[in-house]
Amino acid sequence: MNSDKLILGGYEFTSRFILGSGKFSLELVSACIEKARAEIITLALRRANEGGLANILDYIPKNITLLPNTSGARNAEEAVRIAKLSREIGYGNFIKLEVIRDSKYLLPDNYETIKATEILAKEGFIVMPYMYPDLNVARSLVDAGAACIMPLAAPIGSNKGLSTKDFIQILVDEIDLPIIVDAGIGKPSQACEAMEMGVAAVMANTAIATAGNVAVMAEAFKKAIEAGRSAYLSGIGRIINKGASASSPLTGFLQ
Amino acid sequence: MEYINKSILNEKILEDLKKNKIDHMTYLPDMEVLKSDIMDKVLKAVKNYNYYRYTKSDVLYALEKENLSPEDFAALLSPAAAPLLEEIAQKARIITKKHFGNSIYIFTPIYIANYCENYCIYCGFNCHNKINRAKLNEQEIEKEMKAISETGLQEILILTGESRTKSDITYIGEACKIARKYFKLIGLEIYPVNSEEYAYLHKCGADYVTVFQETYNADKYQTLHLSGHKRIFPYRFYAQERALKGGMRGVGFAALLGLDDFRKDAFATGYHAYTLQKKYPHAEIAFSCPRLRPIINNDKINAMNVHEKELLQVVCAYRLFMPFANITISTRECARVRDNMVNIAATKISAGVNTGIGEHADDIASKGDGQFEISDERSVYEVYHTLLKNHLQPVMSDYIYV
Repeated sequence: MNSDKLILGGYEFTSRFILGSGKFSLELVSACIEKARAEIITLALRRANEGGLANILDYIPKNITLLPNTSGARNAEEAVRIAKLSREIGYGNFIKLEVIRDSKYLLPDNYETIKATEILAKEGFIVMPYMYPDLNVARSLVDAGAACIMPLAAPIGSNKGLSTKDFIQILVDEIDLPIIVDAGIGKPSQACEAMEMGVAAVMANTAIATAGNVAVMAEAFKKAIEAGRSAYLSGIGRIINKGASASSPLTGFLQ
Repeated sequence: MEYINKSILNEKILEDLKKNKIDHMTYLPDMEVLKSDIMDKVLKAVKNYNYYRYTKSDVLYALEKENLSPEDFAALLSPAAAPLLEEIAQKARIITKKHFGNSIYIFTPIYIANYCENYCIYCGFNCHNKINRAKLNEQEIEKEMKAISETGLQEILILTGESRTKSDITYIGEACKIARKYFKLIGLEIYPVNSEEYAYLHKCGADYVTVFQETYNADKYQTLHLSGHKRIFPYRFYAQERALKGGMRGVGFAALLGLDDFRKDAFATGYHAYTLQKKYPHAEIAFSCPRLRPIINNDKINAMNVHEKELLQVVCAYRLFMPFANITISTRECARVRDNMVNIAATKISAGVNTGIGEHADDIASKGDGQFEISDERSVYEVYHTLLKNHLQPVMSDYIYV
């Protein structure tokens, strides 16, 4: 299993759990990272203070890969500006691209996301675009130079699980980049199911932030993601559908 | 007259109420007129809002729903919802956590001038009140902002009295530019302006505009706002839409609860925000929840009396109707109310507040009186640590100017 790596933009990761950081107490961040064995944590650039009170960066261990996101961007141009700012500050080339111009459901704007991906990939960013799972859009994102595809399972914060399961499966089947499920995963079983389907990694934030014990839930997610990954790699057995066969053989007439 | 909260009246006001005044529904020259039907929609909806129509089952139905309609919102504001306040608060808390986690944003207002040309009979700043007027100059604004930023804050709300002549757009723009040096997020609570003026202020660094409509009952509005630009109801109503057209990221709404029938005003406030967000889906929405205190020793049930219970009902109704909106809880409320509100539905709290002019830095000559007395005088440090103690995460900034 040690050879099973998640590869993003040439970087290798052992953990397939990307932790969101925006919705829980900062003092719990490091405990969560530890329990989740996460190697990547997202960070809204708009939330990153340079110094001062309540600075999230003070709580993230140095060996963790920061995945800055472009939250706050309402179009491609703004996303590009935020990404560049992130790199200038020193957060490297990883960028989780979020382009949202809908304050109610926070649904991503696929069209603007493609535009921003193209620009940022050309500028040398490792672009991880958050998107609504549409095969044509995913193909365009591949062409635009994305490092992975991050379809939503359900609206952000909804904890509804794999509402878009069939469409994510299509992306897993058809797209050669890692598919990372982002947004909407509400409990470990759903994360496990996504991993069984063959997605490369799962990202969660609200599900953990709204749990009774944040750190323990982070650990539960870790286990579920590992279980799902193992199941996928081992090859899921055939599931027999009961009651579907006719009582006499349909092929009995053949001579 | 019988429906006016009598605490705000005095003899001069009673005299002035009898005088002839300009029509409150007619725009003055230089006021931009938008082609928009939102005001008609909102005023029609609020006119038809009969909150006695709703039953307990309407309220329970609304509590079970995920995406609330204006009808559900109306039910949550109705008297039928009052006995279910605990259930409503429980649900509101879950929804707040879902959208904001345990994050609570801290900011402070800075009053840079208190000159005012409006005659709002309930307001301490009104042009007939003999208070100390002041306006900070640029050096003083800088001193004040520096002093505020040293408390750790990264979000500032710039306020002026409503005087276009004393606090013109360039003056406010300069204040925004200075604020950019010390803060990440700049909000404005100033007199309503035209969209191109909002665009200018946006360019200077501001991104959020809050305008209190005070009351959405236009007839009542004209008895409360006797003169000045503010008298013009539709111009004020369309301020948020003009701000969005000017490129602002977010807009804030409020009725001063207790000026008129608070259920209707709260409904109108929510519906105003809802209608505008539908038209501008990217707009970030915020609510403030100021209230006039019920008159002490007046036990008669009155549709305008907003006690703590009613305030909580309104705040929770805003939350359930628009789960993604920020809700600010004013320093007009005491620490007990505020600390509990942020644990249920509010997401923004001010700290280290002084509503006077030039009160943050030590050596400012221009000092002006405050608009209202605050009930929560805690410093940023105190509010910050109270939030932590209550397992909430203070957030100084979650914003980037692009």
